[in-house]
Amino acid sequence: MINLSLTQMAQGLASGEFSSSELTQAFLDRIQKYNTHLNAFITVTPEAALEQAKAADQLLASQQAGALTGIPLAHKDIFCTQGIKTSCASKMLDNFIAPYSATVVEKLAAAGMVHLGKTNLDEFAMGSSNESSFYGAVKNPWDAQAVPGGSSGGSAAAVAARLTPAATGTDTGGSIRQPAAFCGITGIKPTYGRVSRWGMIAFASSLDQGGPMARSAEDCALLLKEMAGFDTRDSTSMQRSVPDYPAQLNEPLQGLKLGLPKEYFGDDLNPEIAARLQDAIKELEKLGAQVKEVSLPLTRLAIPAYYVIAPAEASSNLSRFDGVRYGHRCDDPRDLEDLYKRSRSEGFGAEVKRRILVGTYALSEGFYDAYYRKAQQLRRLITEDFQKTFNEVDLLVAPTTPSPAFDLGSKTNDPVQMYLEDIYTLGVNLAGLPAMSVPAGQVSGRPLGMQLIGSHFDEGRLLNVAHQFQQATDHHLQTPELDA
Amino acid sequence: MQWEAVIGLEVHVQLATESKIFSGASTRFGAEPNSQACVIDLGMPGVLPVLNEKAVEMAVMFGLAVNSEIPQRSTFERKNYFYPDLPKGYQTSQMEEPIVGPGYLDIPVGESESKRIRIHHAHLEEDAGKSLHEDFHGMTGVDLNRAGTPLLEIVSEPDMNSAKEAVAYLRGIHSIVTYLGISDGNMAEGSLRCDANVSVRPKGQEKLGTRCEIKNVNSFRFVEKAINHEIERQIELIEDGGRVVQETRLYDPDEDETRSMRTKEEANDYRYFPCPDLLPVELDEAYIQHLKEGLPELPEQKRERFTSQLGLSEYDAQVLSASRPLADYFDRVAELSGDAKLAANWVTGEFSAQLNRENLDIAQAPLAPEQLAGLLKRLLDETINGKAAKQVFAALWAGEGHTADDIIEAKGLKQVTDTGAIEAIIDEVLANNQPQVDQYKAAEPDKRGKMIGFFVGQVMKASKGTANPQAVNQLLKDKLDQA
Repeated sequence: MINLSLTQMAQGLASGEFSSSELTQAFLDRIQKYNTHLNAFITVTPEAALEQAKAADQLLASQQAGALTGIPLAHKDIFCTQGIKTSCASKMLDNFIAPYSATVVEKLAAAGMVHLGKTNLDEFAMGSSNESSFYGAVKNPWDAQAVPGGSSGGSAAAVAARLTPAATGTDTGGSIRQPAAFCGITGIKPTYGRVSRWGMIAFASSLDQGGPMARSAEDCALLLKEMAGFDTRDSTSMQRSVPDYPAQLNEPLQGLKLGLPKEYFGDDLNPEIAARLQDAIKELEKLGAQVKEVSLPLTRLAIPAYYVIAPAEASSNLSRFDGVRYGHRCDDPRDLEDLYKRSRSEGFGAEVKRRILVGTYALSEGFYDAYYRKAQQLRRLITEDFQKTFNEVDLLVAPTTPSPAFDLGSKTNDPVQMYLEDIYTLGVNLAGLPAMSVPAGQVSGRPLGMQLIGSHFDEGRLLNVAHQFQQATDHHLQTPELDA
Repeated sequence: MQWEAVIGLEVHVQLATESKIFSGASTRFGAEPNSQACVIDLGMPGVLPVLNEKAVEMAVMFGLAVNSEIPQRSTFERKNYFYPDLPKGYQTSQMEEPIVGPGYLDIPVGESESKRIRIHHAHLEEDAGKSLHEDFHGMTGVDLNRAGTPLLEIVSEPDMNSAKEAVAYLRGIHSIVTYLGISDGNMAEGSLRCDANVSVRPKGQEKLGTRCEIKNVNSFRFVEKAINHEIERQIELIEDGGRVVQETRLYDPDEDETRSMRTKEEANDYRYFPCPDLLPVELDEAYIQHLKEGLPELPEQKRERFTSQLGLSEYDAQVLSASRPLADYFDRVAELSGDAKLAANWVTGEFSAQLNRENLDIAQAPLAPEQLAGLLKRLLDETINGKAAKQVFAALWAGEGHTADDIIEAKGLKQVTDTGAIEAIIDEVLANNQPQVDQYKAAEPDKRGKMIGFFVGQVMKASKGTANPQAVNQLLKDKLDQA
C-alpha cells in the first residue's frame, strides 16, 4: 500500500480495496517507527489526520471524491497551517501557531488530502543540507551518514522513506530539486508566480516558489494541478489558467529538442554523475528527443548574484521577527534595544544570522550600487541567457547537483563550500523558470538527480518528459532500506 | 545682517479609503486598540500585501489637482527600520518611482498676489501604528489599528520664505485634499501631519544654509509658531558665532521651542530596496484621463468663478473657497436666493460668526442653505428689513420655525410699507416729541440730516421694527420739512 503511486492509491480507495483511514494509519505507523531516526517531521498530527481520513472516507463512499481525496501528505514547516505549530525550523517560531493557512495548504485540503504533519527544513529554508534546523539535522534515508539536502530535506527524506506519499516543498535556490536529487525522489519547482506564496513564510520573496515533492512525475503532476493558480492574496501570482498536467504526461517526445548547457557539465561535475547523466540522456534520445549542446556563459555568476539578492530580501523579510508580537522573546529585556538584540540573537541560528548580516550589508548606504544593483543587473543578464537558449531548444537537461549527497557535518564550517553546491540550481530561481529533479541512478549508494529546466510556464512539458523517462526507467522506484 | 528663511514642507495626508493600503482591514478612527489590524497589518509570517486601488486613484487625483506629471509606472520600496509600532520592520513606501511627479501649487501672499510653490513629488506609503507609553507600568503599549492606513506624502521644493507662506501652502494642500474628498483633513486626529525643513541664509546668498527638520507639527498655528521659533533659533545661533547642525528637531507647543531628536550622524540607514511582494503600478493614459474628467471644481477655480462670474470681492472669494463645505454652502445659498453678494455677506458674516461662537463644523450647522436662502429672499423682496432679518436668522438657528416665512408670520415681522400706516405712527411720534420737532425746525438745513435719526428710531420702535426704514425716512422728511 505504501509503495503505490497516487493514482494507484486513488484507485485502491475508489474500489474500496482500502480506506483512507487505513492508508493514513499505515503512514502514521511508519512515521512512528522511523521518524525518531530520520527526524524528517517536526510535528505529526495523527488525530487530525485520522479525522480528515474519516471525512475523506465518507466522501469516497458517496462518490464525491476527487483524484487526491483521502491521500495523505505532509507540508514543509514553512507553510502556515491554522492551529498547528509553524516553526520554520527556528527557535524564533518554536511557539508560533499560525492563525491562518497558506493557500497551498487550503487548496490541497480542499482537494481532500489528509495532512499528516509538518516536515523539517533548514532554518527559514536557509541551507542546502538541513543541518541548520533548530530541531536537528535530518538523515538521508539512503545513508545515515549523508545529508538529505536542503532546505526541503524533511519533505524529501519523508517521501523517500515512505513516511508520506507526497509532500510540499519550497525552492528559493534549489530547495526542492537538490534534496529531491539527494533522496532519490521527484520534485518540481514551478515558474515564479505559478503557485501562491500566501502563507508561505518568506525567505527571499522574488525567488521563493512552492511545489510538490513525490515519487514520480505523474504524482507531481496531480499535485501541481491542485496547488497552482492565481491567488488574489498574492500580487506576484500569475493570472493564468492552470493546464491539465496529468493529461499531458503521455505526449510523445518525438522531435523534442533538448539542450545540454555545457557549463553544467564542466570540471565541477562529479564524473560518476556525468556518466549516469549520459545514460539518462541516451534514454531520452531513444524516446525520440534530439540533443544538442547549448551555452549559458553566466552560470557561475549566478552564485554571487543569488547570494546578494536572497540575503538582501531575507534581511528585510526577517525583520518582523523582533520579539514584539509573537515568536521568541528574551527574558526580562532591559529596554527596547535589549529586547531586539537578545530576542533575535537567541531566536536565530548561525546561518540565518550570517545571511541577515550579508543582506543588511549589501543594502547599506554606499554599498547598494556595488552589490544589490549589480546583482539585479546580473539577474537580468542570466535571465536573457536562458531565454536565448529557449529559442534553440525546448528544454534543458542538466545535473541537479555537482556531487551526490555529502556527509553530515562535512560542510557546516565552510559556508562558501556549501553555497557552491547550489551552482546548477540558482540560475533557475534568478530567471523565475520552472525546473525539476528526476532520479537518474546512484553513486556509491547515494541517489543523484537529472534536472530538467523549461521556459516560463512550461511545467506541462517538464512533467511530460520526466514521466516518459520514468516509464522507460526504474530509478524512481528504488526504495531505501530503513533502520528503525 | 538681513536673513532669509528657506522652508520646504513634507505633508503626510491620510487618504480616506475604507480599507488599508495593503489589506482589507478598516481604517476607521478611534476603534478599540488592535481591533482593526488583520494578520497583514500585524506583520504575521507568510502574509503578503495587495495594493488598494482606491489609494492609487486618490493619489493620482491629487497629482492632477496640483498640475503634476503622472508617471505611467511607479514602484514600491521598503524602508527598513526597527520600531515596535512598525510590525514588519519596514515601511512599504515609494522612493525611485513615486506615483505623483513634479507639480505646483499657487498660494496667496499679501492682498491679491500669489506665489508658486513647486511640488517635488508625492508618494504613497503605509502609516505605522501607535506606541503608547503611559499606563503600562514601564512598558510600552502598541496599537496597530493605524498600521497600514494609506498616506500620501507630499514633498515641496524649498520655495517658501516665511512661516506665513508655509501656513498658506499647508492650507492650500488642506483645501485641495478636502475638496477632492481624498482625506478628511482632520489635523487633530492626525489625518494631516507636517514636517518642516527650515534653514536660513544671508539675504541675497544663493547657497542654502544647513537645514533642520522639525517633526510632526500638527496644527496650522503650531506650524507657524514652530517655524518662526526655528528661524529665530538658527539666526541667533549663527549671529552668536555658532553653526547650525543638520538634525531632526521636535516642536514642543507647551514650551514653544524645538528640541533636538537626532543628528544626521545618528540617522537611520533605511536600506531602501524595491519591495519584491508588489508589482509596479502601471497607469494608462485612459485611466488618468478618466480621473481628470471626474475632478471636482478646485479651490482656485472656485475663487476665480466667485470673483469673475458672481462679482464677489477677492477677499470674500478667498474666504468662501477655502473649504469645500463652506463653498458648497455658499454656492447653494447664492443659487437659491439669486443674489450672490448678499449670500456672501450672510455666509461670511452672521452665519460664520454663529458657527464660531458655538464652535460648530459647517456640517453641524442647524441651518440648511435652503433656509438661509429663504430668509434672504424675503429681505430682497422687502418683506422684511435688515433688522428683522437678524431676528429671523436667530430664530431659524434656534429651531423656532422651519422656514423664514413661518417665523416672519409668527413674530409679525413683516415690514410695513403701507404709507398710510406709517404716516399714522409718524404723526403720533411727532405729537409726542414736540420739543425735538421745534429744535429740528430751528436748525440749519445741513444739520437736520443728523437730527432726523432720532425720529426714525422712535418710529421704528413704535412699529416694533417692522416699518420699512426707507419709507419712514422719506415720509419723516416730507412731514418735518413741509410743516
